[in-house]
Amino acid sequence: MWDYSDKVKEHFFNPKNAGAVVNANATGEVGSISCGDALRLTLKVDENTEIILDAGFQTFGCGSAIASSSVLTEIIKGMTIDEALNVTNQDIANHLEGLPPEKMHCSVMGREALHAAIANYRGEEWQDDHEEGALICKCFAIDAVMIEEMVWANKLRTVEDVTNFTKAGGGCASCHEDIEAILEKVLAEKGEKFDYDAAPTKPAVTPEVKLPLTNLQRIKKIEQVLDSLRPSLMADGGDVELVEVIGNTAYVNMTGACNGCQMAAMTIAGIQQRLMEVLGEFIKVVPASEMSKLVSIGA
Amino acid sequence: MTAIYLDNNATTKVDRAVVDAMIPYFLEQYGNPSSIHSFADGVAKGLKHARQHVQALIGCEHDSEIIFTSCGTEANTTAILSAIKAQPNKKEIITTTVEHPAILAVCEALEKDGYTIHRMPVDRAGRLNLDAYKKLLSDHVALVTVMWANNETGTIFPVAAMAELAHAAGVMFHTDAVQAVGKIPMMLQDTKIDMLSISGHKLHAPKGIGVLYLRRGTRYRPLLRGGHQERGRRAGTENTAAIIGLGKACELALEHIEYENTHVKAMRDRLERGITEQISHCFITGDMNNRLPNTTDIAFEYIEGEAILMLLNKAGIAASSGSACTSGSLEPSHVMRAMDIPYTAAHGTIRFSFSRYNTLHEVDEVLKVMPSVVATLRKLSPYWEGEGPVVHPEQAFKPTFA
Repeated sequence: MWDYSDKVKEHFFNPKNAGAVVNANATGEVGSISCGDALRLTLKVDENTEIILDAGFQTFGCGSAIASSSVLTEIIKGMTIDEALNVTNQDIANHLEGLPPEKMHCSVMGREALHAAIANYRGEEWQDDHEEGALICKCFAIDAVMIEEMVWANKLRTVEDVTNFTKAGGGCASCHEDIEAILEKVLAEKGEKFDYDAAPTKPAVTPEVKLPLTNLQRIKKIEQVLDSLRPSLMADGGDVELVEVIGNTAYVNMTGACNGCQMAAMTIAGIQQRLMEVLGEFIKVVPASEMSKLVSIGA
Repeated sequence: MTAIYLDNNATTKVDRAVVDAMIPYFLEQYGNPSSIHSFADGVAKGLKHARQHVQALIGCEHDSEIIFTSCGTEANTTAILSAIKAQPNKKEIITTTVEHPAILAVCEALEKDGYTIHRMPVDRAGRLNLDAYKKLLSDHVALVTVMWANNETGTIFPVAAMAELAHAAGVMFHTDAVQAVGKIPMMLQDTKIDMLSISGHKLHAPKGIGVLYLRRGTRYRPLLRGGHQERGRRAGTENTAAIIGLGKACELALEHIEYENTHVKAMRDRLERGITEQISHCFITGDMNNRLPNTTDIAFEYIEGEAILMLLNKAGIAASSGSACTSGSLEPSHVMRAMDIPYTAAHGTIRFSFSRYNTLHEVDEVLKVMPSVVATLRKLSPYWEGEGPVVHPEQAFKPTFA
């Protein structure tokens, strides 16, 4: 069985806000193809203040899908719909004290149901903006679709390229066979042949992006994101400081209670996820303690 | 309440008598069976006895047809790779869509190397079409590999008849029998089965021991070379204690085979009847008339298996599910998909698998808990309203799938 956190179990065994909201004026229905789970989220939104007065869920799915749905309703009740739109799947996972990488899609499903419900409230058609594939890299929760897209878009040739662009394969390395299979497949579609012995073709630190940010723009945006995350870190007695940005790597200091905390790595992963969502480019967040190594290598 | 273990197709408790038989081979007779001294002089005899107990359980002609391996998966891999290496001009393999991954993944890898894999489909009850099978048999086929009994539903395939057909066509026949051995009687010497895989931990022996049965005269190429062990067919120092344990387990299994097909079957049937009578919108999957005596796989519609298992676990009951979310890969059960079970039911399948250690009292305990587990989750389900599914559930709830 999965190693679920106590929080996941709490929300699974005693779900909050189960069932449909009476007189709901917003409904979102989404499913995750990778596991067949599905969720209906109903909201009662105050039409004057746009505050979510009530939220309810009905979920066909596993323990973490039910827990993600339950915690989502708790998070968004009392928020305005604009505030609610800023809730990321990482927020859902963080409220659950983490989810196994294979189960992160349950939190994604929660966020999508929320967006679908708000679109429904506004009389808009919700378009799903991402596709899910089989989980390839369990260390960084990267799926096949993400890797395929990156290989297509950035003309990647080697496993090392894939790791540089997506992080996939950068941990325990046991998924390298699967990544090679993806490279083989995509390159064959492009009429090329995968060369097992090829050297990485791209420099590791400056991947192409469609609208490249200048470093100053990037730093400003990163600061904005960190400011938005600061209140929740401070609530736990911690804080984060941006030390340096080199290329796509942001070096941060985790301070206060975050310093040396067992959860620091997870918090950093959460920050990175949010940065990538907001900046729309690949950002690697690294503890500033790692920077000295870089400098000494450069020197 | 003591916990109730109904997941015996996943693995079994090691019988106390098996543990007792093994202990001297850790502490006293721990010598290498190849050595000539007092620490090893009883080992060869012990191994021979173990081999004879395996032989008796599967009813094969010679004890030298038993090759000890590290597990069922090794036996399966050895069988497939041996068949293709020994017959390099044959480039096709026949198997089924519902095999264990230990077969399917090897076939998939061979497909990349240019082999043609024929995966026979099953019908809604999990049965094969033998006419279609006959048409696939040809000189190009290196091996037929078909499981004796399905691990999820317990459905039994007619492997003896299929082996006859393969033999008549000059094709080698292997069966993955890890779920069947010890649960149903078998007499291999009366069949044309060339190779058969056994896994010790499915029949109250420890994990880490398996068997490949290799009919005398079957062309063979070892997977592991580098030693004379198992007559050069599986190199590597023998896992002596585990082999002794497997021998004891096979002896016990043979003694209990009637109990398995009467008492164990009665417990399974009682659970099945109790659940289907008490709970609406659930059904048994697989071939009802042709199943292992210890297995039942029940689909609970409109709810999801992992959630059921978590609630059962809280009540001290261990079972397993064909749901996507319980496997490490998130792939929904390929067996349920192969049987074309609708998705709102396939995700809610729960497998209860018994052993001779279970009791009728445990069955009644499960029957007390199950209705409320299902009701709790259906209350959360978008497909359910009040006492039954919503009208036209598939239309009432149509999520956008990512």
